[in-house]
Amino acid sequence: MRRVNWDSGLLLLILATSLVPGLVIFFLPEERVAIRTTLNMGGAVVKLVLVGVLIWGVLHGHQYETRLPLLPGGLDLVLHADAESVLFVTLSAVLWLVTTIYAIGYLEGSQHRSRFFGFFSLCVTATVGVALAGNMITFLVFYELLTLSTYPLIVHRGTEEARQAGRVYLRYTIAGGALLLVGTVWLYDVAGSFEFTHRGVVAGLDDADRTVLTAIFVLLIAGLGVKAALVPLHGWLPRAMVAPAPVSALLHAVAVVKAGAFGIVRVVDDVYGVEFAASLGVTGPLAVLAATTIVYGSLRALFQDNLKRRLAYSTVSQVSYIVLGVAVVGPIATVGGLVHLVHQGLMKITLFFCAGNLAETLGVHNISDMNGIGRRMPWTMAAFTIAALGMIGVPPLAGFVSKWYLGLGALDAGQDWVVFILAGSSLLNAGYFLPVLYATWFKAPPDAWPAERSYGRRETAWALLAPPLVTALLVVAAGLLASAPFSPLQWARFITTQEYAP
Amino acid sequence: MEVAVENMPWGVMVILLPLAGALVCFLWPRRSVPLGLLGALGVVACVTGLCWQVVEQGAQRYTVGGWGAPLGIDLYADGLSLLMLMMTAVVGLGISIYSSGYFEHKTAVVFWPLWLFLWTALNALLLSADIFNLYVTLELLGLSAVALVALAGGADALTAAMRYLLVGLLGSLCYLLGVALLYHSFGSVDIAILAERMELSPAVWAAVGLMSAGLLLKTALFPLHFWLPPAHASAPVPVSALLSALVVMASFYILLRLWLEVFPPGAAAAGQLLGLLGATAVLWGGIQALRQTRLKLLIAYSTVAQMGYLFLAFPLGTSFAWKGALYLLLSHAMAKAAMFMAAGNILRFGGHDRIADLDRVAQRLPLTLAAFSLAGISIMGLPPSGGFIGKWMLLDAAFYRGQWWWALILIMGGLLTAAYVFKVVGYAFTQAEVTHEASRVPAGMEWTALVLALAAVLLGLFAPWPLALLDIGFPFSGGCAE
Repeated sequence: MRRVNWDSGLLLLILATSLVPGLVIFFLPEERVAIRTTLNMGGAVVKLVLVGVLIWGVLHGHQYETRLPLLPGGLDLVLHADAESVLFVTLSAVLWLVTTIYAIGYLEGSQHRSRFFGFFSLCVTATVGVALAGNMITFLVFYELLTLSTYPLIVHRGTEEARQAGRVYLRYTIAGGALLLVGTVWLYDVAGSFEFTHRGVVAGLDDADRTVLTAIFVLLIAGLGVKAALVPLHGWLPRAMVAPAPVSALLHAVAVVKAGAFGIVRVVDDVYGVEFAASLGVTGPLAVLAATTIVYGSLRALFQDNLKRRLAYSTVSQVSYIVLGVAVVGPIATVGGLVHLVHQGLMKITLFFCAGNLAETLGVHNISDMNGIGRRMPWTMAAFTIAALGMIGVPPLAGFVSKWYLGLGALDAGQDWVVFILAGSSLLNAGYFLPVLYATWFKAPPDAWPAERSYGRRETAWALLAPPLVTALLVVAAGLLASAPFSPLQWARFITTQEYAP
Repeated sequence: MEVAVENMPWGVMVILLPLAGALVCFLWPRRSVPLGLLGALGVVACVTGLCWQVVEQGAQRYTVGGWGAPLGIDLYADGLSLLMLMMTAVVGLGISIYSSGYFEHKTAVVFWPLWLFLWTALNALLLSADIFNLYVTLELLGLSAVALVALAGGADALTAAMRYLLVGLLGSLCYLLGVALLYHSFGSVDIAILAERMELSPAVWAAVGLMSAGLLLKTALFPLHFWLPPAHASAPVPVSALLSALVVMASFYILLRLWLEVFPPGAAAAGQLLGLLGATAVLWGGIQALRQTRLKLLIAYSTVAQMGYLFLAFPLGTSFAWKGALYLLLSHAMAKAAMFMAAGNILRFGGHDRIADLDRVAQRLPLTLAAFSLAGISIMGLPPSGGFIGKWMLLDAAFYRGQWWWALILIMGGLLTAAYVFKVVGYAFTQAEVTHEASRVPAGMEWTALVLALAAVLLGLFAPWPLALLDIGFPFSGGCAE
């Protein structure tokens, strides 16, 4: 009995490790740097340890579930850890720790840090909640909390541009949340339940109207697609890059866009059931939408001179790989999509860290100013290079593994056209990353950088340099050690065996 | 001891205690603040006692003075009354604490007796078991509210108070006519007896129409809302809070009681009409709120919109929908009180409530801003707030009844609310160039707003318990307008 209690408490503890420090931090005066840092780091480390326990438990067949009745009649808030949650929770726990270090370095001496770290922790809490949600309404609760807690981060700088970006962000996400809400209520009305179960609850309904089910699917995907930045709902993302670099990193790699993509995975796999969704005829259009987004995002990225904007459009494109993997309907493609959830996070967070370093250390924001920057900041740019090559899909880096499985899976499912999309997208990726790399390493540096800050003999502060190096190493490791146990790839395979009938 | 607690007529005490408090405050004006606070705490204690009694022993009926229903005055406490009383107690306590820091001595002397008297009238209204008593208490409530609006002084406040008075009198007059017609037809004013004897006749229809029109006017349902924004916005802040949170809901409560228990069933067309008016109120109130340049007016128009939501339950008519509307009412009361209090703090701090100039104020009052934002979350209906639960139940009922257009209204209302709430909240994050000469805001005023707002949000996580309370002596199960 005691064991069961501990098990059900574990999920709440994992949430609390970021929620409680966040709430405390709100009330800390600005100058209490030491306490704030301790709380931040302590929470992040404890969360990581607890997630380790969770992984161990899930592998050993423990059931983790916590319920809180929300309304009479069986509507509960459910926290539940299955293999998919674990994948996303681990990603967010690891990247939160890294990003916290980075953010502490990045924001040193700036204003409103208590407010920033408070919302930062809330944002992570919401992400973890999204990962652990056991049914649609719990998902919705944390999904909306995510919207609310990221808004202050996006407008953190308080400039007119930031306010505009925040306003656009809210316009998109609140409308998206409303669609999701309608879809969820309607689903509840039709299906009577929306617990996430392998192969879906909707698949078990015999007498439901298929048109209604399709309509609900469209509502849900539209609501989630806003955060996943599916074209044409992506407009907020490139604007949101006015946020401070750690926020962009978190937004693009873990929190917001991933919550949307993860939600789509949940809806297709665990609410509708991928095979039932295919029989409903909704996965085909979803795959086409994802493919369009992939190509469109890459095309737009080609023409951006601002580095963060280029990365933002790259995110638009890359996140849709996850959606594509799920929508292609086939076990191997699903593995590719799920593993990309992790791989894209690792690569993109590295890129944003590096972009932040360039801006913070040298005042470089635009690609046209990056000539020869590799000589001034070799370590940062080495990390950048690894991540960029990974994005292009160069073996043996993480991005290659994703694309390999996506392509293989598409062929396996008989959807050959996807391979052309992947090839074309890789070419475009190369088209917008390779010129940057070339300029970085091979062109002559300018006489002076726009706004250089000196850090003595090091190229930049260690708190800014260590995080991208760590994540870049992870990018290499995720690719090289893809077939080792506990790699993201193996975990994605483990999940997929549960979603498809043997 | 326990027997004494069990048999205490808590329902009567809930009315007598604030009345006594009002008298004491009136007699010892110098001590009015501590006495008033003591009275407020006492009311909370009595409501807790009543709650315990109703939960343990079921719905309570008190015959005041030992005279039974047809002749004497009956008080009746079921789950619905109890929930409203509890909400009033929580918000009332908040308003009392807030007011103790808000008013200067000169105004406080007038405020406390009036406020406690208003509280008396409200509690009596919520416990009345007959439609004539409802009239009397409604009138008392209205008159004390008018006096409180006039408390602000100045031409604007007096005009608004005058208009409020006339509207209130017109509303209760219509209601009284209806009462007379029903009494004439059935020879009783007791709700339970009327429900038994109810049969259709032209006089009954006229009564239903008159009473409903009067109550709708007092609830400020579109297009009868014109009086509300000026009255609510020009009053002193604690008064605005109690008007928006408590007073408007009183007339809605009466309407709900009558609709569910007295009025003849089968008024489907009327239900649709009320729903339509409610929907218009949601949209109109939202758009008007968005257009306001003053914070208090924005909040007042938001009340118009939020009242509209409640009427969406009428066309749906399922017990789930009624409960949803009541839950919205509950969380709205707390959230709206918190919002007005937050506005009051901003007003006190910066000396103005022009939304466009808020950035210079809002950043220096983080607690107040947090209160406003949290209250906004509940009013928008974002999870996990009480507003979300209410909205979810209404949405669910709309889909259940196949009337999806109400769902559309709920969603559009939510989007409009988000627009006007974030219009205000957005200023908290802009860089402020000019610093104001700020006056100090007592910590108690900031914390009261925050705690109430937090309560509105947390209400979403504890919904099963209040909803179960509603089932005690619940009028909804049998008499719901299918």
